Amino acid sequence: MGLLSRKVTCNSHGQDSSYFLGWQEYEKNPYDEVKNPKGIIQMGLAENQLCFDLLESWLAKNPDAVSFKREEQSIFKELALFQDYHGLPAFKKALVDFMAEIRGNKVSFDTDHLVLTAGATSANETLMFCLAEKGDAILLPTPYYPGFDRDLKWRTGAAIVPIQCSSSNGFQITESALEAAYQEAQRKNLRVKGVLVTNPSNPLGTTMSRNELDLLVNFVTDKEIHLISDEIYSGTVFSSPAFVSIMEVLKDRKLENTQVWERVHVVYSLSKDLGLPGFRVGAIYSNDPIVVAAATKMSSFGLVSSQTQYLLSAMLSDKKFTKEYISKNHKRLQKRQNKLVSGLEKAGISCLESNAGLFCWVDMRHLLSSNTFEAEMELWKRIVYDVKLNISPGSSCHCTEPGWFRVCFANMSEDTLKLAMQRLKSFVSSITIDNQTHQDLKNMRKKNRTKWVFRLSFQSFHDREQGER
Amino acid sequence: MVIEIEKPSSVRLSKVAISKTHGEDSPYFAGWKAYDENPYDEVHNQSGVIQMGLAENQVSFDLLEKYLEEHHEASSWGKGAPGFRENALFQDYHGLKSFRQAMANFMEQIRGGKVKFDPDRIVLTAGATAANELLTFILADPGDALLVPTPYYPGFDRDLRWRTGVKIVPIHCNSSNNFQITPQALEAAYQSAESMDLKVRGILITNPSNPLGSTIQSSILNDILDFVVHKNIHLVSDEIYSGSTFSPSEFVSIAEILRNRNYKDAERVHIVYSLSKDLGLPGFRVGTIYSYNDDVVTTARRMSSFTLISSQTQHLLACMLSNHEFTQNYIKTNRERLNKRYDMIIQGLKKAGIECLKGNAGLFCWMNLSPLLNEPTRQGELELWNIILNQVKLNISPGSSCHCSEPGWFRVCFANMSEQTLRVALQRIHKFMEQRKVCSVNR
Repeated sequence: MGLLSRKVTCNSHGQDSSYFLGWQEYEKNPYDEVKNPKGIIQMGLAENQLCFDLLESWLAKNPDAVSFKREEQSIFKELALFQDYHGLPAFKKALVDFMAEIRGNKVSFDTDHLVLTAGATSANETLMFCLAEKGDAILLPTPYYPGFDRDLKWRTGAAIVPIQCSSSNGFQITESALEAAYQEAQRKNLRVKGVLVTNPSNPLGTTMSRNELDLLVNFVTDKEIHLISDEIYSGTVFSSPAFVSIMEVLKDRKLENTQVWERVHVVYSLSKDLGLPGFRVGAIYSNDPIVVAAATKMSSFGLVSSQTQYLLSAMLSDKKFTKEYISKNHKRLQKRQNKLVSGLEKAGISCLESNAGLFCWVDMRHLLSSNTFEAEMELWKRIVYDVKLNISPGSSCHCTEPGWFRVCFANMSEDTLKLAMQRLKSFVSSITIDNQTHQDLKNMRKKNRTKWVFRLSFQSFHDREQGER
Repeated sequence: MVIEIEKPSSVRLSKVAISKTHGEDSPYFAGWKAYDENPYDEVHNQSGVIQMGLAENQVSFDLLEKYLEEHHEASSWGKGAPGFRENALFQDYHGLKSFRQAMANFMEQIRGGKVKFDPDRIVLTAGATAANELLTFILADPGDALLVPTPYYPGFDRDLRWRTGVKIVPIHCNSSNNFQITPQALEAAYQSAESMDLKVRGILITNPSNPLGSTIQSSILNDILDFVVHKNIHLVSDEIYSGSTFSPSEFVSIAEILRNRNYKDAERVHIVYSLSKDLGLPGFRVGTIYSYNDDVVTTARRMSSFTLISSQTQHLLACMLSNHEFTQNYIKTNRERLNKRYDMIIQGLKKAGIECLKGNAGLFCWMNLSPLLNEPTRQGELELWNIILNQVKLNISPGSSCHCSEPGWFRVCFANMSEQTLRVALQRIHKFMEQRKVCSVNR
């Protein structure tokens, strides 16, 4: 039998990681308010389900956008045939206006620099194909979105070298961390091609400070490398500090006609802000015409359906709608995040202070049996199988400190979130007692008694597991 | 002379980004430019360039539009949009089950029910362009080779080679036997690859063929399958034009050949399909990979994350292609109309003294203008092509852009325009041929 390529046998698609295994468990036993109230609640999916009513009401008022009509005339044939990789002009215009609106119109974008792709997944991979190849590395601050391991490395052959961030300063990027990552890449004989940041951050849920952005600009200027800013969550910034886009920083520092200008690229998508991941709408924005030209051609491998481009051109051209949507989206996300934060607080759990995203970066270090990733996995498994919440362990995001978890809050109803918090509270109470008992007994010298306690506390976990299968 | 300007310091973009393997600098694309600058319009620009280089199917839109008029739920998620949320959130790379089911049924109907397709072996991609590239990533490593019979679709140079780093080694076919693939040509191509130290990973055929506009015979498909088994390599059958065969009985899919062999050796065979040609929907980006190999299916599915079909579009097409009445009527009517168009162009060309390869499928015919060449070379062909573009004002595709080893052949599309426009094009050709006769007589 003919062999398959190395891409098939390698593991760079990352699908064997715990991040995906949690999903599998959820699929086997998904929570449903009515049909399966004891099932696993999905809190590992960064979806925005809070504003569908706004989209639905817009659709009801604008039937032409889905019936292939423009001003009562059928444009079906025109759309069916439209496969120009430059994209539907009306859609690109609407999209750049939307991107500017999200940034408070502090910056503007030119449609000539925008390349449409089938989702940000495609955009990030395409950019990597343009900027890097085997033997090259891209620096990414940790913790980062697990999908990057696949998106940036799998088919491109490029490598990721982490910029280690820690809780000591709220996981912000520092100059020394940047430099250390650069050196690490050199030690590995990799040519550093650029830095990729997600701003607002996934999984942290925070916007990057102006200081961090300045640091980045200085760093990539000094090293003469690229900077990719994945701003997929830019429309989810619900409280201060306000979102500062990398483009705003370049503009404020008057760097438009300098070399670094052409090395900065932005990635965007409508999957998070608009809650439309199924529609596969992503974009690359670059100031380098060569990158734009190459990426445009590459987008042939992942174009956005013209049917979808048309629908969204109509929707995003409706400025009354976009204004209302952006504002309501912010308010609802803020309200929901507050509910999660206070619910966690009641369970004695704190999280990183956040102002964006669809998730919180939760600190469960105090619940670990030891300061190790093994203990983090142990805890995660108990939360998935015992508490029946699928949350994402920090190790899947390459976090250097064990005990952090990403918990999503916008992909479920308020009641479901409430229930999840109740379950968590009960769980924390129970293991606090267990740990306390364990601690007391440990202080006694009888090894056998200690073993007996261990067996007891993990017994319940196994029993429940057996029962539920 | 071009003076290369060195970029300061390190190379900042990848080799892939600056390479020319996307192929867009070929003269083939210059024809498009001439059309864009002066496009024919029945009313507003009757002396403009008629586009005959675009393999689009515009003959059956009325059938699609009628369906959409009668089935609003397909494009609007039903009254009050009940399925909207679920659809908007659906990004599972397995693809909408109802859509995969509908695709499998549609592919079966096209093949007259002679084979069955398992919906779980269907992997969805944003167009056949993505499907072909994806399969290449899976079947070959950078530096390896795929064998492709000439003449072939110019886009393959980009789709199979650009980002994958894989090479194409041509299986040379010629007019002595109507450009059919022979075992000798297969072996010659394989040897050629070996002599260049290239590891051959598979063969990619397009059946029905683009640009020939003809189906591959059963016996040849069997020869090809025997060959790939013997060499222990893969076979990709791009069947994107399968629904555009003028007569249903004339198309034999590789799936049928496999079925006849009880699916022995099936795990090295992969079929590519798309709705861009048969349904005339290139803008919707709907492609599929059908593989009999479990590892390929699993990997292709994961890779399809980079090229998923919009769930909005999957929903629309799931509705449309599940409608048996619609699909039966569409397939039949589309074939008849394409056949009619084909007859029209062949007759018209014949009247002008031009012969074409006998075709039975596709959206184009393979026209032989070799008698008109000043010299039987690629240069001669390009000169003639330029005259046809600039004087006759028809954009047709020169065989050299399809890597044809014999100069003088051209691909001429007939389904991307109205009948009236086709008549105008044929009139222009007729006039051009008349003038040439006069000129040659007067020399």
